[in-house]
Amino acid sequence: MCQVDEDYHDGLDRAEVPSVFKKCVKCKEASAAVVIRAGDTFCRDCFKEYFIHKFRAMLGKNRIIFPGDKVLLAVSGGSSSCSMLSQVQEGLSQNAHKKLRFLPGIVYIDEGGVVGQSVDERVRTVAELQAVFRATGFPFYVVPLEQVLDLPSSVVVMAPSSSEQPASAYKEAVDQFLKSNSGSCLNPKDQDPTSLPVVPEAHTQFLQQLIVSAKTLTARHDLLNTLRQHLLVHTARTEGYRKVMLGDNCTRLAIKLLTSISLGRGAQLAQDTGFSDSRYGDIILVRPMRDYSAKEIAYYNHLFNVVSVFIPSLDTKTTEKASIQRLTESFVTKLQVDFPSTVSTIYRTSEKLQTACGSSSTDDSSDRCLLCVCTLDTSGENSSSFQATLTSEQLSQTKYPARTKTDRLHPAPVELESSVPSGSCCSSGGGEDCGEVESGEGCCSSKEPEKTNLKTLLCYSCHLTIKDMSSVEHLPQYILLEAQRRKRRSKMREEISEFLLDDGVCFRVGD
Amino acid sequence: MAAPIAIHLEFGGGAELLFNGVKEHHVTLPSQSEPWDLKQLLVWIQRNLLKERPELFVQGESVRPGILVLINDADWELMGELDYQLQDQDNIVFISTLHGG
Ligand SMILES: [Zn+2]
Ligand SMILES: [Zn+2]
Repeated sequence: MCQVDEDYHDGLDRAEVPSVFKKCVKCKEASAAVVIRAGDTFCRDCFKEYFIHKFRAMLGKNRIIFPGDKVLLAVSGGSSSCSMLSQVQEGLSQNAHKKLRFLPGIVYIDEGGVVGQSVDERVRTVAELQAVFRATGFPFYVVPLEQVLDLPSSVVVMAPSSSEQPASAYKEAVDQFLKSNSGSCLNPKDQDPTSLPVVPEAHTQFLQQLIVSAKTLTARHDLLNTLRQHLLVHTARTEGYRKVMLGDNCTRLAIKLLTSISLGRGAQLAQDTGFSDSRYGDIILVRPMRDYSAKEIAYYNHLFNVVSVFIPSLDTKTTEKASIQRLTESFVTKLQVDFPSTVSTIYRTSEKLQTACGSSSTDDSSDRCLLCVCTLDTSGENSSSFQATLTSEQLSQTKYPARTKTDRLHPAPVELESSVPSGSCCSSGGGEDCGEVESGEGCCSSKEPEKTNLKTLLCYSCHLTIKDMSSVEHLPQYILLEAQRRKRRSKMREEISEFLLDDGVCFRVGD
Repeated sequence: MAAPIAIHLEFGGGAELLFNGVKEHHVTLPSQSEPWDLKQLLVWIQRNLLKERPELFVQGESVRPGILVLINDADWELMGELDYQLQDQDNIVFISTLHGG
């Protein structure tokens, strides 16, 4: 509304002026079809050119995707990720210097089981998407979210990144690529539609229990995002991809940014919303759609017939106050109506954020959040896990009444009875767990079942999410096992701390 | 008196869920004393097509923020938005950009 007003100094004339005659600001000939920002009106052709250019420019500017890289496109079926897929296709079909030179694959995580789709509906949705994917000629993987239950614990451990690539390496890679002219096409290794992984009903039920065990829609969202990301990273690793492209657009990221702040994820903002996210080490998450608004994408998809498949989410048909994520969305979109630069202003803020935990040199996973794999914000420098516990305890008790409303009177520390029988850690041949620790109070002597308290292993925000769960028993095994491992490790480290010369240098004394 | 007009309506991005999942609708607006405008169309849709949860489609006199409107493949911001006067055979598209429709 504002864009139009600004052009007519006398707002009262507005209805009289046939704005259909407004010209495109770029070619100044064709009549305008789309209003991008205040005053920027493009005709259909110029809009297409602008849209396509922006994608290539984003990749060119950031130089994270190298020629010949295997890049996994995470396509949810939504308009943004389907638009991303169409831009990759577009880029690969360009000639010579404009051509994109990486090797794409597609992954679709089928979340139908947790958003209440029936088996039939899921099959139908997958078939619809497979048709889209097959038409691209790219290899694709359809992965039911239920497979998150079978993940290895290594998913939540930051893997060492494959040697840092200096800026100069980019040009070398381009030259090399041009010389060898290899990788013009991957052998499409399609999944045979008939051999789609069969999802046991028990797995779907387990997953549903897990999501439902979170009492608020806000926590369910958060949990689902976490699980999805773990599965994406795992799929990329097992299929040999080093980069994963996510379809987040700038409207979505603006909402995510404000949501993250409300959820206590301030420390992780840069990673959560930036162009690239290297928290997993060997796999880099990239967000090439972050310059497009949801509006641009919706118009482009409509005008140029980009197929997307609507898939219900946890938010479908919920009111605007159902969750913090939903409320923030409604806040941003409402503001956007009267102040069209709302989204871009928030989004610019996110660009100024620095990656806090960029290249953490330590390979110790214990300073990473068990769920979101970001650097723990709960522990200050040199603080023990005990202090971290205190910190988060205090924060969650005193400062955030909005959250505690959902909690019962006691601030229920989330605990679980370990299923590991006492002493079993020793039978595994020592190694990192017991080694030759001499102090008598080692894990071998403790007869009581070890209690795994997840609190010290989580960042502040994930801790809040877990607090909203009725029980952590529903968490998948890979998370619980890794939690036990970390607890054992930090316990051992405490026990031998007086023998250590330097923090973190030789806690593997047993090896 | 303006004659009845036939228009084509399309809902996408999840907005179709509020219309029994039906994306395309060919409708005829009855004749009335003054020409139909988009504001009146929204009221008509609410009374005749919308199956549930009107607040998820309209808010106040306009569409819910986050739902985009195209009139004959052009941004409705260029066409006068709610004041646009409908013509016979117009094509009006509503696309939700909200998460989950
Ligand atoms: Zn133009
Ligand atoms: Zn976390």
